[in-house]
Amino acid sequence: MRGILSYSSYVPYRRLARSAIAEVLGGAPGKGTRSVASYDEDTTTMGVEAARLALDTAPGGRQPDELWFATATPTYLDKTNATAIHAALRLDSDRPAVDMAGAVRSGVGAFRAALSSTNAVLVVTSDMRTGLPTSADESSGGDGAAAVLVGGDADGPLLASYLGGASATEEFVDRWRAPGDMRSKVWEERFGETAYLPLGERAWNDGLKAAAVTAEQVDRLVVTGTHARAVRGLAGRLGTSKEALVDDLSTTVGNTGTAHPGMLLASALEGARPGQVIAVVVLADGADVLVFRATDAVSSFTPARPVAAQVEAGGSITYGKFLSWRGLLPVEPPRRPEPERISASAAARSEDWKYAFVGSRDRSSGAIHLPPARISMKGDAVDDMEPVPMADIPATVVTFTVDRLVYSPSPPVVFAVLDFDGGGRFACELTDVDADELSIGDRVEMTFRRISSGDGIHNYFWKARPIRIPRS
Amino acid sequence: MASHGIKDKVAIVGMGCTPFREHWHKGTDDLLVDVAQETFASAGVEKADVDAYWLGTAMSGMSGITVARPLKLHDKPVTHVENFCATGSEALRGAAYAVAAGGYDVAMAVGVEKVKDGGYQGLSGAGRAPTDGTGRSLTAAAMFSLVAPAYAKKYGVDEAELKDVLARIAWKNHHNGARNPRAQFRREVAQETICNMPRVAGPLGVYDCAGVADGAAAAIVVRAEDAHRYTDRPLYVKALSLVAGTGSGVIDPEYDFTHFPEVERCAADAYQQAGITDPRRQLAMAEVHDCFTPTELVLMEDLGFAERGTAWKEELAGTFDLDGDLPVNPDGGLKSFGHPIGASGLRMAFEAWLQLRDEAPPERRVATAGERTLALTHNLGGYPGEMVSFVGVVGSELG
Repeated sequence: MRGILSYSSYVPYRRLARSAIAEVLGGAPGKGTRSVASYDEDTTTMGVEAARLALDTAPGGRQPDELWFATATPTYLDKTNATAIHAALRLDSDRPAVDMAGAVRSGVGAFRAALSSTNAVLVVTSDMRTGLPTSADESSGGDGAAAVLVGGDADGPLLASYLGGASATEEFVDRWRAPGDMRSKVWEERFGETAYLPLGERAWNDGLKAAAVTAEQVDRLVVTGTHARAVRGLAGRLGTSKEALVDDLSTTVGNTGTAHPGMLLASALEGARPGQVIAVVVLADGADVLVFRATDAVSSFTPARPVAAQVEAGGSITYGKFLSWRGLLPVEPPRRPEPERISASAAARSEDWKYAFVGSRDRSSGAIHLPPARISMKGDAVDDMEPVPMADIPATVVTFTVDRLVYSPSPPVVFAVLDFDGGGRFACELTDVDADELSIGDRVEMTFRRISSGDGIHNYFWKARPIRIPRS
Repeated sequence: MASHGIKDKVAIVGMGCTPFREHWHKGTDDLLVDVAQETFASAGVEKADVDAYWLGTAMSGMSGITVARPLKLHDKPVTHVENFCATGSEALRGAAYAVAAGGYDVAMAVGVEKVKDGGYQGLSGAGRAPTDGTGRSLTAAAMFSLVAPAYAKKYGVDEAELKDVLARIAWKNHHNGARNPRAQFRREVAQETICNMPRVAGPLGVYDCAGVADGAAAAIVVRAEDAHRYTDRPLYVKALSLVAGTGSGVIDPEYDFTHFPEVERCAADAYQQAGITDPRRQLAMAEVHDCFTPTELVLMEDLGFAERGTAWKEELAGTFDLDGDLPVNPDGGLKSFGHPIGASGLRMAFEAWLQLRDEAPPERRVATAGERTLALTHNLGGYPGEMVSFVGVVGSELG
């Protein structure tokens, strides 16, 4: 039996009120908010955050056999993005990490493939949805990630077992984006709707049959996809009870595209009781249906950070800032030199430090060195250090400052000196923070971010951010 | 093993210092030629009389050729040194130790920086080795801004009061610089103006930060016994101490940002070399590295000019004013001069050269110079927790 061993979503901190768009550009004010990735986040970093949380609750601290990363907004082409996630998670080098990138359907496709694999696969889905100002994609889209550890019952207790599913595929042009474009274009809405609805119904009926359940037996229904009208239309035709429909987070997070099936599945699992049937329907260049049954284990499972808590903990962002973060409203940069590209060989040498925030601890004095060192600052012992992973250790702000001069894609930089629980000091940038809300003594956690970019190479490393949701 | 120092073995017999300015019309070569001519003349030597050169520059050139080419130094050993913002002092140290070792009769230390060709405000041109991208990219202002709140908290100084203290430091240095034709900023600035400037990093406003300038300074050193061949009033090198820190402050939870351990150790070594036991009363003056106002505050304690936790009161009491107990930065400091990295350390020594030889103009002459014969220069590079520190002592008398 295959199924879900662990899962988590990641919703970035910032929220754009849709009404803010109309305040600037006119039109009817939208309702609710959408999630916004920080200027230092991309689909890879959000994938890391979701994956870290999902592995927190993996049975027996189990490493996945494989890592699959799906996104419609890959940071790199040609170069695999999943390898940075692999490095951040410190997976063994014999665990493959591959991208399934380009189309929104890659996300649900990765789940399908993982469910038919024989390995324990960590499926990481992540997306940033962008459109031109005032577009539907801009306001209804969202940013976020979801990670689901898929495996067999031999790998640990399944939270939900996979009952079966189905798929329907056809070639038609409803939504498209050329590589390099920041916006997608869509065909006339009715065409897509008429193409999607029969595909959805066919896959639904086939999926229920494969899972040997009826529509009435579905307790929690997730319907999502790239065509909002078709999604709404299909949800009403599936024959499930109205109460079964899981909130699609459209009023709070927005549609996170490739990540959304995983995010809504996480949300569905968080409210599920043992024995309940959960169906996931995704409309994206066809239709995919996955049907699960929650097991007894679901009742004793506590997600590292529930979706609802993350939705709740958002902080606002102005529309202007949102546009500048998206590169749609270039703002005057600080008059300082832009960052140079990093050295590929130097970065490769320090993989554990740079990507996984692993320092070293001197065995004789216990002193923690961030970055790792060969000779101890206490007692001068030579080459007597052990690796000390610090990414998951909370820290306290010792002191901090606001740098209004230094180069940053989003000045000013808030910089803090941190003391980690159990020892170790590090000074680094804070993120997801407003300087006026920060105090000495505040609790922070490390988060994987894109520090800068130069020559098209993205410089990934760690920053700290306030702990707003306890990590269980 | 010990740091023996070279007390009274070497003397400075000539010095030069260009005005520190935005020298839009002068390049590195011009600054070097200008300062070398002034310095040769000061010592009464020709360039051929100088046996060896130490060039300090952090970002205006590489190798000894940077000075050998513009000065047309024929077949001379020229050493290029760099030690962050203490580069100028490092050049002096190299030249003095070489003469003390007996390797050369006459050596020149010359420091230069052409900062203003970079196209950015502040210091930005320092070349960096390729990295893995995990290093800090903070400005120096932000790193030093961590000192002010830490100091205020540790010693129970009210934040507003500390702001007055820092403004008093800036006011003092601008007051002195206004009396120095070589300084870049020659206007006194009211404390109220200083306090009301927009913040650039943490609590620091624009006037809490040293300026940026182009400039050059140089010294000629000879064996002490030869000094009077060149001048009636040489300055004897009493101590030249340097400490390059381990950089552990930024990762050591025990470090509290209220002092600079590298400076404390460096000062202790320098005082031991020079035989100084009570710097506050033995020194006629001190030039210290006032890159930011909180830096000068803490240095007063690290250098032993004030007890721990009391420098802020001493600053308010005027202890370090021109007519105070121990005048600090009588030439106006980095605040008034700006900071051409390779030149600053030698610019500090130049003020000692003027003051101890009664050549400082009356309007900024230190009151202590008659009775005391020693001057200290302190030059640092890096950040709190990761710092290079230099302390030098020169004196107008042997012994």
